[in-house]
Amino acid sequence: MSTKTLRIENLHVSVEGKPILRGVNLTINQGETHALMGPNGSGKSTLSYALMGHPNYEITDGTAYLGDVNLLELEADERAKAGLFLAFQYPTSIPGVTMANFLRHAVTNVRMPDRKEGEDLISMRDFRKELKQKMDELGMDGDFARRYLNEGFSGGEKKRAEVLQLAMLQPAFAILDETDSGLDIDAVRVVSEGVNRVAKAQGTGVLVITHYQRILNYIQPQFVHILYGGRIVENGGPELVTTLEREGYDWIRAKYPQEARVEDELEASASAVV
Amino acid sequence: MSTDLGAQVAGIKEDYKYGFRESDANYNYKSGKGLNRHTVEEISEMKNEPQWMREFRLKGLETFQQKPLPQWGGNLNDLDFQDIHYFVRATDRQGKSWDDVPAEIKRTFDKLGIPEAEKKFLAGVGAQYESEVVYHSLREDLAAKGVIFTDMDSALRDYPDLVKEYFGTVIPINDNKFAALNSAVWSGGSFVYIPAGVKVDIPLQAYFRINAENMGQFERTLIIVEEGAQVHYVEGCTAPIYTSESLHSAVVEIIVKKGGRCRYTTIQNWANNIYNLVTKRAVAHEDALMEWVDGNLGSRLTMKYPAVYMVGKGARAEILSIAFAGKGQHQDAGGKVVHAAPYTTSRIISKSISKHGGRSSYRGLLKVADGAYGSKSNVVCDALILDPQSRSDTYPYIEIDEDDVKIGHEASVSKIGEEQLFYLRSRGLSEAEAATLIVNGFIEPLVKELPMEYAVEMNKLIELQMEGSVG
Repeated sequence: MSTKTLRIENLHVSVEGKPILRGVNLTINQGETHALMGPNGSGKSTLSYALMGHPNYEITDGTAYLGDVNLLELEADERAKAGLFLAFQYPTSIPGVTMANFLRHAVTNVRMPDRKEGEDLISMRDFRKELKQKMDELGMDGDFARRYLNEGFSGGEKKRAEVLQLAMLQPAFAILDETDSGLDIDAVRVVSEGVNRVAKAQGTGVLVITHYQRILNYIQPQFVHILYGGRIVENGGPELVTTLEREGYDWIRAKYPQEARVEDELEASASAVV
Repeated sequence: MSTDLGAQVAGIKEDYKYGFRESDANYNYKSGKGLNRHTVEEISEMKNEPQWMREFRLKGLETFQQKPLPQWGGNLNDLDFQDIHYFVRATDRQGKSWDDVPAEIKRTFDKLGIPEAEKKFLAGVGAQYESEVVYHSLREDLAAKGVIFTDMDSALRDYPDLVKEYFGTVIPINDNKFAALNSAVWSGGSFVYIPAGVKVDIPLQAYFRINAENMGQFERTLIIVEEGAQVHYVEGCTAPIYTSESLHSAVVEIIVKKGGRCRYTTIQNWANNIYNLVTKRAVAHEDALMEWVDGNLGSRLTMKYPAVYMVGKGARAEILSIAFAGKGQHQDAGGKVVHAAPYTTSRIISKSISKHGGRSSYRGLLKVADGAYGSKSNVVCDALILDPQSRSDTYPYIEIDEDDVKIGHEASVSKIGEEQLFYLRSRGLSEAEAATLIVNGFIEPLVKELPMEYAVEMNKLIELQMEGSVG
């Protein structure tokens, strides 16, 4: 299988008329692991939602291609079928819908993108077997499959459930939005190992969005980017993580005064909303 | 589940798949339109009834004529009582085998899948076509234990004392205008008697089919569950699609004696031109359990509030109701529980879904009488609204005359969540598939209470209703 590239160029995104991303450039090849870091409100989650196709995130300029597929022309479900996956920071709950039932629909759609609505789902037997194996690998109890999707899940269970979905859907590219938040160190390790296993087996290109170095000890990025004031201002290798950990964002602030102003504005309006 | 289903429904263009009709040219008897003393006497005459029933009917007519139309609930102004056939006899004989049923009527029930279901998972079946029951069967071992499952007209003839003892005792003639109407012109319905200690472990089913236009169907059902006995009764209803309205106004009376259990499941799927105005009530004695599982799809207007009067210590009531209101429909449904004895418990769970401008209302009454100490009640009603044109209302009435009680009431109204849709779509589900999954999840707590076969049926019905509802 030829490796694909996720290519984001000059991406501008507004939410409710307010510009959040102001020209993001990012290129990820399959098989690579990238980390995207940045302070709260820098637009990290906006990037993940916009790429996945949330209707409230308006693309005002720029392009995003997965291989030769123009993602911005597609609905969210078509983007999933094209090979994009987002592990949500705050996965929503769907009462009454079991994890297993939901995942069987999801896996069927993603693996058989040409299937017409109403045609058979993937075989229950094969699906169950595969699900059980993936759950075992993630140290998840068998009960999990019968629970309602994210309903009453603890923070850690939600994140694990996201990685289980990643493992079942085997995408070409995965964005992990703050997958480490709310997890204790053991859970970070288990979840990270899960991501690494999928990435290795599928040659998945991974974009880890995070605040902290912690998860990057387990999912080791070759490339690190800093998002600040709606733009990627620094690109580097793992050493950038160490620098951030040691010095925080003050030096970024000093180095990019214009982005710092944007950042302050966004923070002010965000806290006004809260 | 959606898959095998999808194949089955692929060819269906209309929302309502039971809209086919048979010609009514062969009817044995069809009363003229309109309601008066003569209509009522004629019905009684044709059924060769005892004098007390004739008097009961005439009193019903008088009460019906005196009572004003209810001004609450749904809009009844377009309902013309003089434009209805009150009694239609499709055949003059009742079959004990499907071969005895006239071919065109049997064809209808075949299409509805009744004989097939009977073979697979039912202990007994009654099938009513227009005004009267055309087919009846009961498993032999149950008949040997003294179980009676027959139609109401036959019961009046064959078990006159039992009928006279209980008929009209749970829902008196003057209970409400439509109960009075039913009392005047009732025909058909089921009579079920479960002797003490007998447990009927698989369901009895009755199926009600309206075929003629401008038809009124007024079945009358009476279920008596003796001490320690147990039964699950299921009813299904459909009708063809006509341009003018038909009326379905049933009365269901249930008595559950000490330690008995009764579950009454309705999957009503009327065509959108049916007024469905039904009075259903049970009396639960000491330690008895009465459960209503009430699925309301279809009809133009449904007004139905299954009730349980808990008159014995420790009696329990469960009412699970689901309503689906589509275009041009109003589902005014809910439940009614009366705690009239100590340590009685009740639970009402109501779920409604509105789409395409449909309207669903939850209307409930919870009453705890003075002296019903130690009673508990919990009411949960959740509404899901699929588009901005649709509507949902909640009318909970609560009357508590006792201090020592525990009452819980929760109500929620939600729109189908944008975040839920996006989450599912980001996993490859189309908008329609995602919405159907969310709706099925919404009603899951209720569907899982249904026997397997009906749960499958309910999911199918919901998916049919959901077709083309998004986007």
